[in-house]
Amino acid sequence: MSTLTKQTLSHLDWLESEAIHIMREVAGQCSNPVLLFSGGKDSICMLRLAEKAFRPGKFPFPLMHIDTGHNYKEVVAFRDKRAAELGERLIVRSVEDSMKRGTVVLKHENESRNKHQSVTLLEAIEEFGFDACIGGARRDEEKARAKERIMSFRDEFGQWDPKNQRPELWNLYNARSHKGENIRAFPISNWTEMDVWQYIEREKLELPSIYFAHTRPVVMRSGAIVPVNVPLMNGELTNLPKAGEEIIDLQVRFRTVGDISCTAPVESDADNVEKIVLETATTTITERGATRLDDQTSEASMEQRKKEGYF
Amino acid sequence: MSAQHVEDRGLLRFLTCGSVDDGKSTLIGRLLFDTKAILADTLTAIERTSSKRGMTAVDLSLLTDGLQAEREQGITIDVAYRYFSTGTRKYIIADAPGHEQYTRNMVTAASTANLAIILIDARKGVLTQTRRHSYLTKLVGIPHVVVAVNKMDLVDYDQATYDKIVAEYKAFAEQIGLTDVRFIPLSALNGDMIVDRGERLDWYDGPTMIDILEAAPAAHTEQAESFRFPVQYVCRPQASDNPELHDYRGFMGRVESGEIKVGDSVTVLPNGLTTKVKDIQLYGESLPKAIHEQSVTLLLEDEIDISRGDMIVSSAEVPAQTKQVEAIVCWLSETPLSPARTYWLRHTTREVKAKVASITHRLDINTLDKEATTTLAMNDIARLHLKLAQPVFADNYTDSRATGAFILIDESTNNTVGAGMIVG
Repeated sequence: MSTLTKQTLSHLDWLESEAIHIMREVAGQCSNPVLLFSGGKDSICMLRLAEKAFRPGKFPFPLMHIDTGHNYKEVVAFRDKRAAELGERLIVRSVEDSMKRGTVVLKHENESRNKHQSVTLLEAIEEFGFDACIGGARRDEEKARAKERIMSFRDEFGQWDPKNQRPELWNLYNARSHKGENIRAFPISNWTEMDVWQYIEREKLELPSIYFAHTRPVVMRSGAIVPVNVPLMNGELTNLPKAGEEIIDLQVRFRTVGDISCTAPVESDADNVEKIVLETATTTITERGATRLDDQTSEASMEQRKKEGYF
Repeated sequence: MSAQHVEDRGLLRFLTCGSVDDGKSTLIGRLLFDTKAILADTLTAIERTSSKRGMTAVDLSLLTDGLQAEREQGITIDVAYRYFSTGTRKYIIADAPGHEQYTRNMVTAASTANLAIILIDARKGVLTQTRRHSYLTKLVGIPHVVVAVNKMDLVDYDQATYDKIVAEYKAFAEQIGLTDVRFIPLSALNGDMIVDRGERLDWYDGPTMIDILEAAPAAHTEQAESFRFPVQYVCRPQASDNPELHDYRGFMGRVESGEIKVGDSVTVLPNGLTTKVKDIQLYGESLPKAIHEQSVTLLLEDEIDISRGDMIVSSAEVPAQTKQVEAIVCWLSETPLSPARTYWLRHTTREVKAKVASITHRLDINTLDKEATTTLAMNDIARLHLKLAQPVFADNYTDSRATGAFILIDESTNNTVGAGMIVG
């Protein structure tokens, strides 16, 4: 390399620096922001970024989790532990409370509560008067996300109108909003799944145990690995197997963690971050594909597994 | 450096300009596919769509299909961001639509890019659209340009056709002052000269597209720039349990230009007071220096009243404090610019009220002709004078991108309606 070449940041330093800048802009521009923290890997990175952005001061926002009541207990316990370690305020609002209020009505008892989180989130935004929610969504997660702004504008009904988004130029973010409107800010928009794992490795971030390979009872349902008999915080079991399904003990890990009813693990023996980084580099399935396998994608992955020697 | 240690060549943001017809989506799809950024399940999904649409080969352009409205119209409306990595460098592609009515999207995508790939259809040569893209690239200050002459497969990989296009473009580039321009023949459809060389372009001995991207400088400019540090947030943890922190005053921000070392003399704007940098911190660690684009916290020798919107700069190169700004502005809103109205102008972390004093001229971005006008419609580009209620600390955009740029915000809707680059 020529000595004339200007010194630049490594890719992780650049991403970190951009995320810190975005968090400070939210803190500087908005009067009452909140950081959404679920205990999942992306939001764990977000907490480290918030520490880098605001320490030695306290965070200029509380943390909030919208709990579906169907979360892995390891993740819920981790969430509480991490918030306590940081000495930051954690707000928990629950979908079950919205159900009691009658603002969330499930079609049937076993319907996934994942999509209903948005009702509870909007209720919490109104309750606390938040003008910005900082979240850990990434543009590489899905095609429609590729066009999401870093500061995404939501109207009074919390709606995202892709045709009515503010142009975003240079690093000049416009987080202005009227009362009742809301900004969703995504500091790690430009990160990929690989960047997240590399950051976790570099920063030596602690994660809930279910991100690492472990053995658990599962059934195969339409090609997907579905965890069964999952214990909830109150000791109750959820995701019971259907009649006739064969329960097998499989070594798995989660690539993404959310509501139990819609999060599927992948087969893996990666029991530390280094192995997960390697696995992420060589995987053939996207993060969402792995957690929401439909028939067609499972054909492709099965074909791939067979090529690699699967019987 | 040990042999196992893979060199990190940082991150390169680039822009692709062209229309669907130029094979832009296919080029992006090919870059993602050949660098293994596309995984099996995504590929299966587009294979299915391709065969449903009666195609025999996989249509890689489907990878970049995003919003429902775009699929219906078969065109790209909004800027999309894509990611891939080569192991040594991470890339962010800003995928900008090529249609004339989306000038604002190209300006948006260009604002964060350090390299532009301009696509030319080998059968059609340099078009009005090519000129428009090139001019906008120049205007927004992208330092490196790669002209990709695509669809070489449709002109039988003919070198004479390529040479003719290169000669024509070179003459045009010189005319508008584009300096760092490279040329490459390719077939995005067949993957020739993207990551692999292919076998049909033997007469071309230059680097492949990925080689060009890997070698491009990641820094926006190789010139030494003046230190600029807009203050985003002030950290004063008085209430902390730690008594050592009671007098702590940390100024948080990102180095938007130049670099800073402990002991350097700095001037604080707008009050003009001068002091020295006592410490540069990041998460409890003290750093000897901070470089361009690094987010840090600065501690100063003297107690100076500083708040968000102020700027800490190199005492040797202090920018102008001005309440009058001359700029090139791209209008982004469907509601036309009104000289009677007041807008918010956001420049770095500073927000001031602004009014248009006069519009010098509007530019026809196809011909570069200057036209008189009293208003601006969406996608118009004009040179104009603004008067401001409070001063900003302005640099010329060509000297410093981050401190030479601003946006205009509609006071009533809060929409971002204009993008400006300070001149003169």
